[in-house]
Amino acid sequence: MIVMQLLLSFVASTLFGMIFNVPPRLLPHSGFVGMSGWAAYTFAVRSSVDSVIATFIAAFFVAFLSNAFARRYRAPATIFIVPGILPLVPGGTAFEAMRHVVMNDYNAAIPLAAKAFMISGAIAMGLIFSEVVNQLVKRRP
Amino acid sequence: MTERIDEVMEICLLAGKLMLESGGETYRVEDTMGRIAASFGVSRSHSYVTPTGIMFSVEGTNVTRFIRISERSTDLSKVALVNHISRRISSGELSLDGARKELERIQQLPLGYPLWQQTAAAAAASACFASLLGGMNHFLPSLLSGGMAFWCFEMMHRFVKIRFFAEFFAAFVAGGIVLLMESAGFVRDVGNMMIGSVMPLVPGLAITNAVRDLMAGHLIAGLSRGAEAFLTAFAIGTGIAFVLSIR
Repeated sequence: MIVMQLLLSFVASTLFGMIFNVPPRLLPHSGFVGMSGWAAYTFAVRSSVDSVIATFIAAFFVAFLSNAFARRYRAPATIFIVPGILPLVPGGTAFEAMRHVVMNDYNAAIPLAAKAFMISGAIAMGLIFSEVVNQLVKRRP
Repeated sequence: MTERIDEVMEICLLAGKLMLESGGETYRVEDTMGRIAASFGVSRSHSYVTPTGIMFSVEGTNVTRFIRISERSTDLSKVALVNHISRRISSGELSLDGARKELERIQQLPLGYPLWQQTAAAAAASACFASLLGGMNHFLPSLLSGGMAFWCFEMMHRFVKIRFFAEFFAAFVAGGIVLLMESAGFVRDVGNMMIGSVMPLVPGLAITNAVRDLMAGHLIAGLSRGAEAFLTAFAIGTGIAFVLSIR
């Protein structure tokens, strides 16, 4: 089951990389980053961490790996970050929020929308924190 | 000397234009142009880049150039190529003429993967993602709806130059196909399939660039990329909501 999840997230991230025209030789790397991000997310959620914090941890991990790859392969970090964070996007929560809006059930929609918003913010914060770490690492001689 | 400065500016602007058109972050564009100029001996250059235009000027001379970016696409491999060339220029590997030839070669390159490969990738990515969320029995139906959604997006974007409408339409198509399959009795879990199918449309690059530009202090570029991401997400959401409301 876990192997299947890892495999699916690896393939999905690699293919997302193709949609964004990542150079062919770096496609497996962006797939690996996506897989690690999803693994971090599911692992955190299964050990009953809140999904906002789980997303933050996963986004941090994705950006950290991407920066490491960017230094190693001398390519822009964006190449690895973009396919990596896509699986973390709160599609499910946003969908549920939208479904309630359509049913005119705004009271149920607002908490879900707020959650989707918080998860998006967590992705941004994860990227920011890892950039801070990246700059600290870079500065060290 | 002025002729040389003109030539250096030409190369900087070409590199900047290629990067920005292919979806590079604005801070990376400014950084690259400054580095290229410095390696060719023009140390005091200033640039101001927004997602839709580049201004570049050299201190102490009268020249300032401006170029407008009207077509933007997503081609991260071109960003990587220009980045590589800028590194080679900085290390002194490439001369002025060599750099111009290399950049012009990149400009002529066709856009990344061909459309059929991208559509196939989008279909398979949707299928994988829907299976990741809901289980393997989502694989085949999402293959169809995700692929169709991406293909409709590309086709619509060619006819109508309004990106957000193309995204709305593609999400609508994805949702519509899923609903049709539900009424035919092929699928039960509509939600996860719709999410999987619209995944290739999600503005991942815009989100990443918005955050990275804001971090680098490029407030205008960051906010406009953020607006792009938000509008895209909104368009997808509206497309899905449209389908759900006629269900």
